[in-house]
Amino acid sequence: MASHDDDLSGFREEVRQWLEQNCPPSARNVPQNADNSFWGGRNAVHGNEDRKLWFERMAQRGWTVPSWPQRYGGGGLDASQARILAEEMRRIDAVNPLQSLGIMMLGPALLEFGSEEQKLEHLPKIARGEIRWAQGYSEPGAGSDLASLQTRAEDCGDHFLVNGQKIWTTYGHKCDMIFTLVRTDPQAPKHQGISFLLIDMADPGVEARPIRQLSGNENFSETFFTDVRVPKANLVGVINRGWDVAKYLLTFERTTMGSSGSGAQGEGLDQAALRLFGREGLAREPGLRQEIAEVLIGTWSARIAGQRLFDQGKAGAISPFSPSVLKLLATELDTRRTRAMMALGGFDHLDPGGSAAYKWLDAPTNCIAGGSNEIQLNILSKRALGLPEA
Amino acid sequence: MALVLTQDEVMLVDAAKGLLSREAPLGMFRALRDSGDPLAFDPALHRRLAASGFVAPNVAEADGGLGLGASAAGLIMEQAGHVLAAAPLLSAAMAAGLIGKTASKAQKDTLLPSLITGETTIAAALDETARHEPSVLATKATRNGEGWLLSGSKTAVIDGFGASAWLISAEFEGTIALFLVEQAAAGLEVDKVDAVDSRNYAKLSLKGTPAMRLGDGDAGPAITAALDLGRALLAAELLGICDEAFDRTVAYLKERRQFDRVIGSFQALQHRAARLYARLDLARGVVLAALRAIDADDPEATWLASLSKSVMTKLSRDLLVEAVQMHGGIGVTDAFDIGLFVKRGRAAGELLGDDYFHTERLARDYWRL
Repeated sequence: MASHDDDLSGFREEVRQWLEQNCPPSARNVPQNADNSFWGGRNAVHGNEDRKLWFERMAQRGWTVPSWPQRYGGGGLDASQARILAEEMRRIDAVNPLQSLGIMMLGPALLEFGSEEQKLEHLPKIARGEIRWAQGYSEPGAGSDLASLQTRAEDCGDHFLVNGQKIWTTYGHKCDMIFTLVRTDPQAPKHQGISFLLIDMADPGVEARPIRQLSGNENFSETFFTDVRVPKANLVGVINRGWDVAKYLLTFERTTMGSSGSGAQGEGLDQAALRLFGREGLAREPGLRQEIAEVLIGTWSARIAGQRLFDQGKAGAISPFSPSVLKLLATELDTRRTRAMMALGGFDHLDPGGSAAYKWLDAPTNCIAGGSNEIQLNILSKRALGLPEA
Repeated sequence: MALVLTQDEVMLVDAAKGLLSREAPLGMFRALRDSGDPLAFDPALHRRLAASGFVAPNVAEADGGLGLGASAAGLIMEQAGHVLAAAPLLSAAMAAGLIGKTASKAQKDTLLPSLITGETTIAAALDETARHEPSVLATKATRNGEGWLLSGSKTAVIDGFGASAWLISAEFEGTIALFLVEQAAAGLEVDKVDAVDSRNYAKLSLKGTPAMRLGDGDAGPAITAALDLGRALLAAELLGICDEAFDRTVAYLKERRQFDRVIGSFQALQHRAARLYARLDLARGVVLAALRAIDADDPEATWLASLSKSVMTKLSRDLLVEAVQMHGGIGVTDAFDIGLFVKRGRAAGELLGDDYFHTERLARDYWRL
């Protein structure tokens, strides 16, 4: 035990030194949000030269995907080492070198379900930020009832012919490739005729149109497929068993949403309350003060839940329902936090260009995406509690 | 320490669960309540729990105890919550904490061995107000030759009726001090107080009552630490109460039929139950984090104790009202057990500060809002 701990403290020391030497000052203390993250891709744009250098150095070590195997471009770190790297990056407030759905979602799916050829083809490109991936799940008629999706992939011998429409494709108009759920057997019961297919968005017949949200941002697109020819090699896993891949992936999405909503990044609500309103202001408005205290209690509880999830992971004792629990609670907490921030700034926070309004208008998205919170409640009542169908 | 149970802790939980379900099933508490026994617990049961090491497991090894800390005490309290075991476990753990942090070696040697075996019970008498507010301290200590005399009154003394001795906070020349008052002390009046949970509470009246001082410095930090321990232990008991009431409610949802189907198939009830499940899952981590912080002497421990008591009091209030509602008419009868959890939940939530108190404590003293 002691020797493993010694190894880890040696590793921490090594990481710390390397980061000190290799993380340029302008890649530190950068507010981490979707807009100033580096997403990679064929048309990648770096924030500046320093951050480009930072990304390249991290990619070189495989630390854009620290826990993936080295043969796929990863860092080959175990869970404790990866945590140390994350902690040391947070300590110097280093910007995340590469943000991507390829890292968060497709990678884990390929590692679990992909063929060796698919792993070697796609994972290193994700690790090096060469391909930016989009997710094609929802359709206009298939939101919460995702399995009723209608986009068709017809078997044409050496390729699939894809026709249909996806919606809520995250940054679809900026992505290079898309992993999709498509119907390959229209006769089968709805969960059993779906396959998981990778499609190049530069191929003829693919068109992505951005959707403007309440916040004014365009984080999603509608994506249209018209007679798109997709090579057979792009099928991940077993044909008509794509729902297994989708379910597996959705737990990653929920876990990510459950932890990102914990308010760990940036100024805390308590500091913001004191800066914006002060103790005197809060004393005059006990209702607002109480709301802030309750949100802070929720935030702290969620942070403990994140720590517990990590400890359970190390002990091999994760509840399969944790992603749903955390997604539900963290996203609701996030809406409360952003509303409290709006209230604290009063009239000033009505500014549509300000970050308070932006976050407030964006917060409901996460309560809907990744399986709406009502879907999470269905999952918990049916699977965790064993309550019967109506 | 990690927020998962160690193998030893898993064994402890199994042992506590086994012993409590054999020796103190829920029916025993009901029978005790109906008997009107003024002590409101069975001393024989308490000694059997003690024989298994479940009484004051937080006494340090150096003081002759098991040295298992707040974590073990909390896990036992959680199991006691499942069966509403009426034994003075909370007061014993708090007394152990107070004595451990303040008393001299000789005092420890006198007090701790019989506390651990369950032969004596010692109750902490710290509250003077109906709503918990430990900053209020009107009880005064005066010198009396080599000894001390106390004057004042205490309320909400947990397990205080019929106790062998009481640990009493009092002010002496501007500092907070801790004293031990024995059963037969002159000028001491102990009144039993009835509460909805049919457990043992007392009010104390002290009129020039002879007392022994524990230690000689400022007892304020030791008292705060004991309150924090008590709060985290009550949070753990509430977790057990809530788990039990919730499991019983979900079982009822699967069994009760209306409109030709089980009522658990209705989404209106499913989603309410699922929300409680999610909150219970979150609270489980919070309670364990508070217990672990106390054992690690973490400077955040006092705030985590408030966090755990705030979260569990609020959750228990919401959950137990749902437990009654989902049981329908049978839920409001005395004959049905769910109401026993409601009553104990209310009292355990109230003791040592409810969610309003602890949310305010965090807001004012931790976040400085």
